[in-house]
Amino acid sequence: MSLRTPLGRALGLGAAGKGTEHWWQQRVTAVALALLGPWFVIGLLGLELGDRAALAAWVARPLNAALLGLLVLTAAWHSLLGTRVVVEDYVHGALKVPALVALKFLHAVAAAVGIIAILQLATGGH
Amino acid sequence: MAAGNRPLSPHLQIYRPQITSVLSITHRFTGVALSVGFLLLVYWLVALARGDAAYAAALQLFGAWPVKLVLFLFSLAFFYHFCNGLRHLWWDTGRGFEIPQINASGWAVVIASLVLTVLTWAVLLSGGGA
Repeated sequence: MSLRTPLGRALGLGAAGKGTEHWWQQRVTAVALALLGPWFVIGLLGLELGDRAALAAWVARPLNAALLGLLVLTAAWHSLLGTRVVVEDYVHGALKVPALVALKFLHAVAAAVGIIAILQLATGGH
Repeated sequence: MAAGNRPLSPHLQIYRPQITSVLSITHRFTGVALSVGFLLLVYWLVALARGDAAYAAALQLFGAWPVKLVLFLFSLAFFYHFCNGLRHLWWDTGRGFEIPQINASGWAVVIASLVLTVLTWAVLLSGGGA
């Protein structure tokens, strides 16, 4: 027989105390993307998509590089939050945890590669 | 009690599709699609950074008709997820939950995402915009 209280047994086992964290992060990244997304689309529409030099010069401008970097990071975070819930809903058993870890790795790699590409363009690598 | 023996509540197939449920699952579906689209964005950035040859290869890939169709669907997914996301943020303020409001905002999202997609491609195909 355990002398621990029901609360003591539950603490540390689940989402206790953090239930709203995921919700808030999803909302805050959503608001950021609702601003950054249209900014990027409108920016691209004003450019000639076949002209690499012009696109590279546009990305290389400090404000554009900064906002694009934020777009990549925010999109990766928002995407991770969303796909994580999808996996948690539909993937069960032995595959669940590997799928969640793979999802995290995939998003981390994609975000890192995107950021490096932006930095390369911003510092005039080519 | 084994999970398989539990009584089940009426499930999806018993309900007639309604705009609320259809738009809800579409939000999730487009979200997953946009996660793939995000990888495409990263690929585009890498091609841009690597130089003329890599970017030419990316343009060739994106220019092929089947890929162009996929890009069109990605743009539709983007604008749908964007519009319905704004709808969600509006709901988060506690407003808009009456059935007529839900139906109206749902159709507004459908129409707005179609219009934005068509406008975007009209600008794109008319030759690179402003």
